[in-house]
Amino acid sequence: VSALHALLARLIGDFGATLVLGAGTILGYLTFNVLFLIWLERKVSAHAQRRLGPMEVGFHGSLQTVADMLKLLSKQLVTPLATDHFTFLFAPILIFIPTICLTSLVPLGDARAFAEMPNGLVVVVVLSGITVIAIFMAGWSSNNKYAVLGGMRSVAQVVAYEIPVLLSALSVVLIAQTLDLHEIVSGQHVPYALYEPIAALIFFIGITAETNRAPFDIPEAESELVGGFHTEYTGMRFALFFFAEYTNMLVLGAVGATLFLGGWKGPLAGRWPFLGPVYLLLKAYLVVFLMMWARWTFPRLRFDQLMNFAWKLLIPVALVNLLVTAIVLEALPLR
Amino acid sequence: MTKPPIPDALDTYVLNMGPQHPSTHGVLRMKLTLRGEEIVAAEPVIGYSHRAHEKMAENRTYAQFLPNTSRQDYLSGMIYNFAWVEAVEKMAGIQVPERALVARVILAELNRVASHLLWVGAFLLDLGAATPFLYAWDDREAILFLLESVTGSRLTYCTGRFGGLSRDLDADFPRRAREVLAKLKARWDEYEGLIEDNVIFVNRAKGVGVLSRDVCLSYGVSGPTLRGSGVPYDVRKAEPYGAYPRFAFDVVTRTEGDVFARYMVRVLEMRQSVRIIEQALDQLPDGPVLTPDSIGVKKRLKLPAGTQYYAVESARGHYGILLVSEGGTEPYRAKFRTPSYPNLAVLTDVLPGHMVADAVAVLGSVDLVMPEVDR
Repeated sequence: VSALHALLARLIGDFGATLVLGAGTILGYLTFNVLFLIWLERKVSAHAQRRLGPMEVGFHGSLQTVADMLKLLSKQLVTPLATDHFTFLFAPILIFIPTICLTSLVPLGDARAFAEMPNGLVVVVVLSGITVIAIFMAGWSSNNKYAVLGGMRSVAQVVAYEIPVLLSALSVVLIAQTLDLHEIVSGQHVPYALYEPIAALIFFIGITAETNRAPFDIPEAESELVGGFHTEYTGMRFALFFFAEYTNMLVLGAVGATLFLGGWKGPLAGRWPFLGPVYLLLKAYLVVFLMMWARWTFPRLRFDQLMNFAWKLLIPVALVNLLVTAIVLEALPLR
Repeated sequence: MTKPPIPDALDTYVLNMGPQHPSTHGVLRMKLTLRGEEIVAAEPVIGYSHRAHEKMAENRTYAQFLPNTSRQDYLSGMIYNFAWVEAVEKMAGIQVPERALVARVILAELNRVASHLLWVGAFLLDLGAATPFLYAWDDREAILFLLESVTGSRLTYCTGRFGGLSRDLDADFPRRAREVLAKLKARWDEYEGLIEDNVIFVNRAKGVGVLSRDVCLSYGVSGPTLRGSGVPYDVRKAEPYGAYPRFAFDVVTRTEGDVFARYMVRVLEMRQSVRIIEQALDQLPDGPVLTPDSIGVKKRLKLPAGTQYYAVESARGHYGILLVSEGGTEPYRAKFRTPSYPNLAVLTDVLPGHMVADAVAVLGSVDLVMPEVDR
């Protein structure tokens, strides 16, 4: 990697080389990740439903999503006449940008993350909120009632669920005394999920809602809103929304793993640094698996119940939890 | 109950749910007037799968109409098939052998369980739970295998003949049926905990789409939907037909009238059906399943002139056949009173005030089969 970096640095400068390599690695991995996650989702759902799932293409259907992706690529892109064209075309691209930015912020190992910031956690929270703008753009510009309803629901939902996510992340910040994701991990000798089980649970529920996953998948509730905000999208544009959803799951899972499960730390990770990313990904995929498990087990909440759940239960509990954390930390000088 | 006034047009918008929509179960169009996500007015628009069954009945012999019967309600076709056969038998005064009478009860109740199982799956899918759907279909599949072994078809059965059945139950059938029933009962115990104790499901279903007893009666609602509103009306008890008077079973009722009550009625009704089937299997007599003087389907059966109404309890409610004969080989008029039609009409009254998500739940809970509404 360093040789390649040196070669590129001679051509386009040091910064450019880092950018190209980093972006290439991240985008390449994310593409693989989406294919893997869709396959995993199919397998999880199949086994939850006493089925086998895809079995034909590749070993246990492992190449099924590749085939599907090729199919989607070959499909005609339909833009309905009544759409707001610019917004309609821009939304599937915009939904991807914050997710990619997020990926670069998560520390993969003891070495510094690709784009590390001293206030990383704040940036993470802000960026994860931007996706909703793209979803709303898609819903609004489609000029379809189902899509508008889906977009509206999404905005209300993300606004409501960002607060508990933020509050639960703050209780970790109180313990770690820093907003830097890298330092949160390096100070984390015992996974914070053990100190903060309630915060971890709230964070998990919050990110499930933020990624529009069942049982909080009301923006795209199939039985009510047909396709929700992406009703009018076809082919690869539709696939981009899918891409974004699964990438978001992984990234928020990784953020969750960083905050609560000790990030890249694990046995022998200190001696062999390459184990760091492996541990982080394993933990992130564990979170993602839990999200999938929930999806195939629960029915969907109704919209008002969803809002009640956030405003009347999650936020008060998260606030009290934050307060208790602060008091306990003051009362018992642990460090 | 009066319809709420339609408010200012600027305030609201119209959402056409259907005719192609994942939750309208076939081709129903719900014209919903919404304010935000709240329903102000709901109007079912039907007729998308009208196939003129009643007119077709006037143009063909009684036997030629047999294949049409199970296509009115493709989910409990057996019951509709037997209803037509029994209506004609009653008018013609044809005696049916004992074995056929009991076998009809077994087959019809198996079909009712299959229909309810499909409903449980589809209804929970409407609420966003995808997994129960496949569990329910897996169970239903076991019943369909049983029915297929007797009738040769999986969905649109045509096994009734004037004077009995086209085929006999084979010697192995009672054993296989008992095996399936035992398996189903064990599984239902498991589902009970998974579904009825699920907080999300209970919140979605309780207190939603309440149909009062009076509204139900004024619309002519029947079947599990009516029994969920506390009216113990079941044609099998109210006007017993076939071999039903011989078997002990309870009419399941709930008083709440909400979506949850309708769910519970259907789930408990499946257990009552199993009870009937088990008794019927015990009492299944030997002998022929088709009366020797049956004239078969190839020759033309003439019915005496007259008018007659015959009703059965289908999986969806009171299914009635009004036959008018002028003494010929074809009916002068055949009118079908299908249960889904009033069950759908009542939604106009119950939906306003609910959210869109509830509309899906309520629509699912009355168990519509659109070809049966349109006929």
